[in-house]
Amino acid sequence: MTAPPLRSQAATLSYDKRVIVEDLTFDIPAGSFTAIIGPNACGKSTLLRAMAGLLAPAAGQMILDGKGIASLAPREIAQRLGLLPQTAIAPEGITVAELVARGRYVHQRLLRQWSAEDRQAVDDALRLTNVTELADRRVEHLSGGQRQRVWIAMVLAQQTPLILLDEPTTYLDIAHQMDVLNLLHELNAAGRTIVAVLHDLNHAARYASHIIAMKAGKVLAAGSPAQVITAATVSAVFGLETEVIPDPVTGNPMVVPHDTRA
Amino acid sequence: MKLENRLRTGPTPSLLVIGHDRTNILLDRRAAVVAASAGILVIILMILAVLLGDFPLTISEVMDVFLGRGEALVRTVVLEWRLPRAMAAVLFGAALAVSGALFQTITRNPLASPDIMGLANGSYSGMILALVFLGGSWPMLVTGSLAGGLAAAAIIYLLALRDGLQGFRFIMVGIGVSAMLASLNTWLLLRVDLDVALLASAWGAGTLNSITPATLIPTGFSIMMLLCLVPAVSAPLRQLSLGDDAAASTGAAIGPARLAAIVIAIGLVSAVTAVSGPIAFIALSAPQITRRLAGTAEIPLGATGVVGGLMLLVSDLVAQHVIPLTLPVGVVTVVSGGLYLVWLLVREARRTT
Repeated sequence: MTAPPLRSQAATLSYDKRVIVEDLTFDIPAGSFTAIIGPNACGKSTLLRAMAGLLAPAAGQMILDGKGIASLAPREIAQRLGLLPQTAIAPEGITVAELVARGRYVHQRLLRQWSAEDRQAVDDALRLTNVTELADRRVEHLSGGQRQRVWIAMVLAQQTPLILLDEPTTYLDIAHQMDVLNLLHELNAAGRTIVAVLHDLNHAARYASHIIAMKAGKVLAAGSPAQVITAATVSAVFGLETEVIPDPVTGNPMVVPHDTRA
Repeated sequence: MKLENRLRTGPTPSLLVIGHDRTNILLDRRAAVVAASAGILVIILMILAVLLGDFPLTISEVMDVFLGRGEALVRTVVLEWRLPRAMAAVLFGAALAVSGALFQTITRNPLASPDIMGLANGSYSGMILALVFLGGSWPMLVTGSLAGGLAAAAIIYLLALRDGLQGFRFIMVGIGVSAMLASLNTWLLLRVDLDVALLASAWGAGTLNSITPATLIPTGFSIMMLLCLVPAVSAPLRQLSLGDDAAASTGAAIGPARLAAIVIAIGLVSAVTAVSGPIAFIALSAPQITRRLAGTAEIPLGATGVVGGLMLLVSDLVAQHVIPLTLPVGVVTVVSGGLYLVWLLVREARRTT
């Protein structure tokens, strides 16, 4: 078993002295597809920012490949992990290939702005995400599903072993949600460790190999889908009574809320 | 074959790779064409600027001056008056345009620029205070306006700083500080003696009338030094347009890059304002005009500099020769820039409705 590439050691995260996440300890298992689940505003995005080294913990630390992330330069972090935040903006008029090439920043220098490796990495990322045909299109002219694939391609072009994604399926219709999750599954099967904040418990149960369930800045449960997705945990995390039954398609746990209509 | 090795395309066909695989830079074709065309126009207009005026010169007379010959009067007209003024217009225009481009890039907002955000008003306050309390000597005025610009920037920075620099907050605080400084300036002008107020008002419109080799050389040198630093921050600034978190996670050191860009931008605008007074709207409009001409996703910094130089040179030629009475160049840029601002606001309003 390889050492976890990323671990949170008693990390406390806060904005303006307002504590969002307190004393959080967990590991991201190597090679896993880890889903972080929890109610709105429970600190999931904050946690992801801290895991990517964008927010320094007020106490405790994030450990990336055995080193405190605070001691690493932005370039050193960017060689190890890529992040797709929800706040990413596509500049007006940028083409797909140009945006994907922005993921190559860490591999470029002032006087080496484009190399054969850059071209190869961008081509590979476009192909893996199935957007090669869109390469010269403008990003603002794409559909939501295509755009999300392009953003994932940008993070892929960075060629990091670890990829973090903040709600990559939000605002997509169900077909495109499946599409993005299948893509993440393929990337995971090809050897990348994936960490994604997911809203849909059934997606997490089907696709993730490891689930971290958070509530109000604390981890309530972590483990395999069978361990975490139980009626008791869902009730504790979301305050919602549910039945958990085997997914008729895959056999993974599946959450069906009780009928709470008056 | 060899040419193909040297001229390959980057991520998109519009980007040319110049150099070898291990050592190269990327150049946007259309931005390069815009820069080259503006550069040619600058050269033609500079020649015109030297020839035109109440004392018209011929090309051969001017050539004589550069060959070290010619009458003393012609030498004075060319070397002391017209050439320094034309060079100042180009350099100052470039400095203002790049300064605006840096502000607009770090705030991701086309309305951000040092003139709208109060730096020029701060310089002006500093200059009036220097005029009143330290006497009107040139070094004192320059020192006063530099100090004023930096003080305004420091106030905006401190008021806007929270969890790093938020783009919109930075602009809003800047507009507020700008309005307060404008009132301060009006109040100061009402309190001082009439002759001091007249001198200060002339400078307050933004003018190249007082350019001499003695003022141009130190200012021009500082501007060129600052412009040389711009390529070092342009790559992380380009990443910044993806949003702060996305930019940082691709490995860009966004905090240091942003701070460096602000310092360079303030240095550029203060250097210009100290000598010529606040010249409005070049910093606001040149970056957006250049970006639209070049059709690039971000503001092309190099081409913006050339276009800014061209804009101020044209404005100064209009101020001197086209309109029957001689106006400060700032008046011309305010009028043309005002039209641009109206267009920009109408366009933004149309897009959001």
